[in-house]
Amino acid sequence: MARATTPRRKALTTLAAWTVALIIFFPVLWMILTSFKTEASAVAMPPEFLGASWTLENYAEVWQRSDYPRFFWNSVVISVGSTLLGLGLAIPAAWSMAFVPGRRTKDLLMWMLSTKMMPAVAVMIPIYLLFQWLGIYDSKIGLVIALMLMNLPIIIWMLYTYFKEIPSEILEAARMDGANLWNEVLYVLTPMAVPGIASTLLLNVILAWNEAFWTITLTTTKAAPLSAFIASFSAPQGLFYAKLSAASTMAILPILILGWFSQKQLVRGLTFGAVK
Amino acid sequence: MSTQSTRFAARLMVAPSVLVLLVWMIVPLGLTIWYSFRIFRLLSPERTGWTYRNYTWFFNAPDFWLALVNTLLLVGGVLIITVILGTLIALLIDQPVHGQGALRILVIAPFFVMPPVAASIWENLFMHPQNGLFAALSRGLGYEPILFLEDYPMASVIGIVSWEWLPFATLILLTALQSLSSEQLEAAEMDGAGALNRFRYIILPHMTRAITVVILIQTIFLLGIFGEIFTTTQGGPGSASTTLPYMIFKQAIVAKDIGRAAAGGIIAVILANLVAIVLMRGIGKNLDA
Repeated sequence: MARATTPRRKALTTLAAWTVALIIFFPVLWMILTSFKTEASAVAMPPEFLGASWTLENYAEVWQRSDYPRFFWNSVVISVGSTLLGLGLAIPAAWSMAFVPGRRTKDLLMWMLSTKMMPAVAVMIPIYLLFQWLGIYDSKIGLVIALMLMNLPIIIWMLYTYFKEIPSEILEAARMDGANLWNEVLYVLTPMAVPGIASTLLLNVILAWNEAFWTITLTTTKAAPLSAFIASFSAPQGLFYAKLSAASTMAILPILILGWFSQKQLVRGLTFGAVK
Repeated sequence: MSTQSTRFAARLMVAPSVLVLLVWMIVPLGLTIWYSFRIFRLLSPERTGWTYRNYTWFFNAPDFWLALVNTLLLVGGVLIITVILGTLIALLIDQPVHGQGALRILVIAPFFVMPPVAASIWENLFMHPQNGLFAALSRGLGYEPILFLEDYPMASVIGIVSWEWLPFATLILLTALQSLSSEQLEAAEMDGAGALNRFRYIILPHMTRAITVVILIQTIFLLGIFGEIFTTTQGGPGSASTTLPYMIFKQAIVAKDIGRAAAGGIIAVILANLVAIVLMRGIGKNLDA
């Protein structure tokens, strides 16, 4: 609802909006700044801004003392893997619910979302034992499956709302031309739905990347991603602010950059297609 | 458009998702119900027999009702803060401003911060009574530092979680605002409607659906909040900031009583369903519009 406005008013709202935005962003900024300070400078009172002594040593030390590339690689495999697997299951399901809805389709969607209402802690022990028993505890494949199941309802829900926007006449036309069901999904529907699928993919990679309960509960060392890296780091290092900040920055930076670059798609994804 | 065979194919395509979700729901739930009636303590040899005491223990535990209230406080508090602040911020950044793109990048940033990192930033860099920025601010103004996590543990946790969820609420509400036609607002303005009336009678009704989405989605995530409490207050001091999920975690990991933890899990599932029913009855109809 952009409306005409005077330059003076624009300047004032700009000032107000930037102040609010900087306040919201400040904790992240402060963490990044702290990660470049020496330990003494990081806890100096009063806090040091421009006069702080800056260093790259924290990053070097975190890098040396922990196996960051392995944690990073595990995060990538788990978040991308679980999202792709989820999309593989969700695209046909969402297609079917959007274009051949039955009487109970709405209920089915609500039920799927309701499986997410089960608090993770509540079912932690059975899942833990089950994963041990199946031999997928502390394995990347185990986490891919767990996070896929966790996010599947959201993936289906998002794709469903995107698919519903595609006019079904197009699909009928394709069928008239002799396309079978599979070709219809693959060659007609999917290309039209690419923006929606991209947003869904992005949002779920981020959700999976930031997931910190199952990733910590179901791993020890081999498959531990960055969320576990940071949890293990903060316990003994709690009081080393600069190093903790450096490790934290390393844990969130990849997804922060990805998120910022894909902001437009993400905003669309974030709204679950439910708001226009 | 659907023939018999398309209908069949459609059911076939939805089947795998339904099947895996059903297994993912029923197996852990079934096992949790089973354990919740078993005597199963990792620290003691007695691991046989059935009991209902796991449940009665929970209802009689002194911190159970507190944990229940804290859980609802956390969900309710974060919802109120994020919806109100989210609406205000959305109204603000929807105005024509310089550098809108960069602005949005800053506002969205907390969403990319994983919960352990968010919690540890706030705990150490801001709320720490010696080295935190808030302490420095208090001292600068001549006051004693506030002991956030000791004196106001629940409020602090609600604050941290609200910061994490504010971008989500803001973005959804902003998207809704941007689809509001400016003609309607201008017409109202010409008819002499003040800013407050325009908000009350035109903007707010338009945003009902978006607010509903924010409340539904956030509630699902907020009911299970655990990491933020684990990192910051550990449920304390005492059990001042213990929520139901955290209480279950303590039974499982600290007391190593699997039976009780499972009973708590079932209680948490029931609570989640009650909240879901209340929400759907109360605001679910907004989604159909």
